[in-house]
Amino acid sequence: MITLRVNGKDRKLDDIDPSTPLLWVLRDHLDMVGTKFGCGKGLCGACTVHLNGSAIRSCSLPISAANGQSITTIEGLAKQDSNGVVQFHPLQQAWVEHDVPQCGYCQAGQLMSAAALLQQNPNPNDDEIESAMAGNICRCGTYKRIKKAIHTAAKAEASS
Amino acid sequence: MSHYEEGRTLIPDVDMPAHVVDKINSAPAMFDEAKKGPLSRRQFLKLTGIAGGGLVLSVVVGQPRLASAETAEPDKPFAPNGYIQIKPDGTIVIAAKNPEIGQGVKTTLPMIIAEELDVAWSQVSVVQSDIDKERYGAQFAGGSMSTPMNWKPLREAGAVAKDMLLSAAAATWAVSKDSCRAENGQVINTNSGAILTYGQLASAAAGLPVPDAKNIKLKKREDYRLLGSFVTGVDNPKIVTGEPLYGVDQKLPGMLYATFTKCPSFGGSVKSANLDSVKQLDGVVDAFIIEGGDEQTGLRPGVAIIAKSTYEAFKAADALKVEWNYDNAASESWSDLVTKAKALTKTQGEVVSSKGDVKGAIEAADKVVEAFYTYPFVAHAPMEPQNCTAWYNNGKMQILAPSQTPQSIAPLVAGTLGIEESDIQVTQLRIGGGFGRRLMNDYVVEAAAIAHKVSAPIKLMWTREADTAHDFYRVGGFHNLTGGVDKEGKLTALRDSTITFYEADKDAAKPVRGGNASSGDLQCPEIANLSFEAHRLPLKIPAGWWRAPGSCTMAWVYQSFIHEMSAAAGRDHLEFLLEQFGEPRWLGKKKARHFNTERAIAVTKLAAEKANWGKPMPKGKGQGLSFYFSHLGYFAEVAEVTVSDRNEVSVDRVVVAADVGMLLNKAGGENQVEGSVTDGLSTLAGQEITFENGAVQQGNFNTYPLLRMPAQPIIETHWVTSKYPPSGLGEPALPPLAPAVTNAIYAATGHRIRTLPMSKEGYRIV
Ligand code: FES
Ligand code: FES
Repeated sequence: MITLRVNGKDRKLDDIDPSTPLLWVLRDHLDMVGTKFGCGKGLCGACTVHLNGSAIRSCSLPISAANGQSITTIEGLAKQDSNGVVQFHPLQQAWVEHDVPQCGYCQAGQLMSAAALLQQNPNPNDDEIESAMAGNICRCGTYKRIKKAIHTAAKAEASS
Repeated sequence: MSHYEEGRTLIPDVDMPAHVVDKINSAPAMFDEAKKGPLSRRQFLKLTGIAGGGLVLSVVVGQPRLASAETAEPDKPFAPNGYIQIKPDGTIVIAAKNPEIGQGVKTTLPMIIAEELDVAWSQVSVVQSDIDKERYGAQFAGGSMSTPMNWKPLREAGAVAKDMLLSAAAATWAVSKDSCRAENGQVINTNSGAILTYGQLASAAAGLPVPDAKNIKLKKREDYRLLGSFVTGVDNPKIVTGEPLYGVDQKLPGMLYATFTKCPSFGGSVKSANLDSVKQLDGVVDAFIIEGGDEQTGLRPGVAIIAKSTYEAFKAADALKVEWNYDNAASESWSDLVTKAKALTKTQGEVVSSKGDVKGAIEAADKVVEAFYTYPFVAHAPMEPQNCTAWYNNGKMQILAPSQTPQSIAPLVAGTLGIEESDIQVTQLRIGGGFGRRLMNDYVVEAAAIAHKVSAPIKLMWTREADTAHDFYRVGGFHNLTGGVDKEGKLTALRDSTITFYEADKDAAKPVRGGNASSGDLQCPEIANLSFEAHRLPLKIPAGWWRAPGSCTMAWVYQSFIHEMSAAAGRDHLEFLLEQFGEPRWLGKKKARHFNTERAIAVTKLAAEKANWGKPMPKGKGQGLSFYFSHLGYFAEVAEVTVSDRNEVSVDRVVVAADVGMLLNKAGGENQVEGSVTDGLSTLAGQEITFENGAVQQGNFNTYPLLRMPAQPIIETHWVTSKYPPSGLGEPALPPLAPAVTNAIYAATGHRIRTLPMSKEGYRIV
């Protein structure tokens, strides 16, 4: 049996092939489909989630390696305040405002990579953003807006 | 000043599927049809996917009846057509008719309606419409046609509704309609200052006859408040929170997961497979052979595996061993094609079009340039791999499809499986990238064929490798060009000897999809002597429409070669290019799809001005210019590059000047330009599909690289506002990018790139 803490909730998985990548556990077994399949080989970043706070490619992590650990997915990026009202992460807010998405398919992965970046480096410069985000492909070419939105979110965090 | 005639035939000069062309040209008629009838509650619910709610629409046919707030049923919503629903509680719902593939139409098309309806955007919720030809006319995402085709009908849909709300208010107040004004979802009585909201008027308006759109005045452009502003995507909040919007996110009760393995060489069929051992594998529920047929766009032969999860299905597919029958399979090799094409284009081909006397002009020329240009096949590589969910239950087929041509699904599935079209229900979903890939419904018919044999809903999922190796590719091309300039440095002659592929075993006169390389869309009307020659070659590799079909490669070839000729003449490229346009005028019939040199000149001058064209550049840096007209849009681009002595190319900045008539949504429109520029660069940099024995040699993003964030240039977009109707932005910014960059590399290094991707010539984008 595998146990996981996903977005703050404990989840148990009986009878699962331990080699199943975390991506497919989230999508098929836990019905959390926000995390996307793009390549399955760690090449595109569409499947990025946080494992104990660090950005990882969930398509390349067998569930056995995640046993007992804490995972945050795109569904857990926004927080609920004490009244149960959903509060967007500053990055989500900035993504909407700057109209980052085109098709939007890569954006869950982009956001999770960006969130991990801001956690480690609250005020990244362009070069730092580019190197942190280079593992995330956007086929639609929204990079310019992603960069802008990360700066906006960093500013918002700093002033809050 | 050039004059413009608004015409019905808006289709641009690119080869689109015949059924799409038909739909485009018949769309206005279909819309008129659709407007006639009243819309039943059931229909509206079906169309807009709005569940629940007390929606009843009863348009009084025949005798017009003046409505008043007292006599109308108090909770009756107002839904004068398939696009708009206003409920008495003030809810305003607008339906988006076309598939959203990232081109922004789910936001922009409803904005057109909201503008004429005079509602504040914040009051509107947008829903994706159902697939219904009668009500919505053609529903597809292709050819950048959503905007030009829907511009008039959607404005009319909004204006008709507003007119009815005004009538309802006038009747309620017993004043003339002239003293009523609509604004921000309410009607104001200009005499008394009284206000009624659209919600308050909904029931009364619902009781009115729907007026003929012909008699309703549309707003003037200068009165627009919403169109032209920065409106963010309607799905953005759902996208950033990971809600299930896409095809891959669908789940039906008891759903199983499917893979479908086809022959690596296109069209190969199944001799045998180790089905028994596959069926023993963990999680596998079933495995079977699907015979399929020969049609590239239909159901092809392969092996289906059904499992309890995607991972188990993928794992089983890895263990699948198939013996293929290659009798009918493709057997081409890209390197053989290159050799053949090089030799053929040196010989005289069939003259497809010509003007003047090319031979004489070249003999008389002061300088002659000969050049061989070649570009590869490329894949679409949308971020969301192909997938489809289908459920065959009680003789009915339900299909949840990320498709750019959802209306083509029912006929294809019905014809393949022998089900009645009326028993097939298709739901359109947000799509993780189209680029033309999903104009084909091959993966949809696969899902339906599998579901037909399984007593549960199934979700078919392709791997990235399958997506790359079983695409409908942009065809590669070969152009042997000869040009001549006279003593005054004027371009007097151009000859292009090229290859036109046709589908093997089919009509040799019909080029493959997107492969009409011999049409010679040069856009240089001033050249007096021209000759376009084609050599025809059969092709079994499936070809398809790839973002800006034809234009995406033609622009590179011709706009590079024009630059070569300007260099041979020792002239400034900007001046030389403007000379090719000649006087400001229409070429053709003064229709949006015909070339207007006035608009070409304007964007070319604007791009040059904004980029400070001709400014001194230090060693290793250069500027490159190009122009192209496609999909009704006029685009000029200037690229600035820095090239290191190790041939690393940094594209520092791209300045874009665009004329699409009017920019409808600043947010979505600029996103499209930035995306197209990035896509153009990504393709130019290192994308290439090669094949051996009819099988594609690339698979995942390690062998088919896409541009990543550090390599994206600064992109600046400048808009020319012209009086022409707005046109689409999904494609036309892409074609000029490649020649702008390769022209800039020439300016920086003196090296002319004539083979794509540029990695082939040792240049790397960094
Ligand atoms: S799906 Fe995991 S990196 Fe691409
Ligand atoms: S928005 Fe389409 S892949 Fe990034």
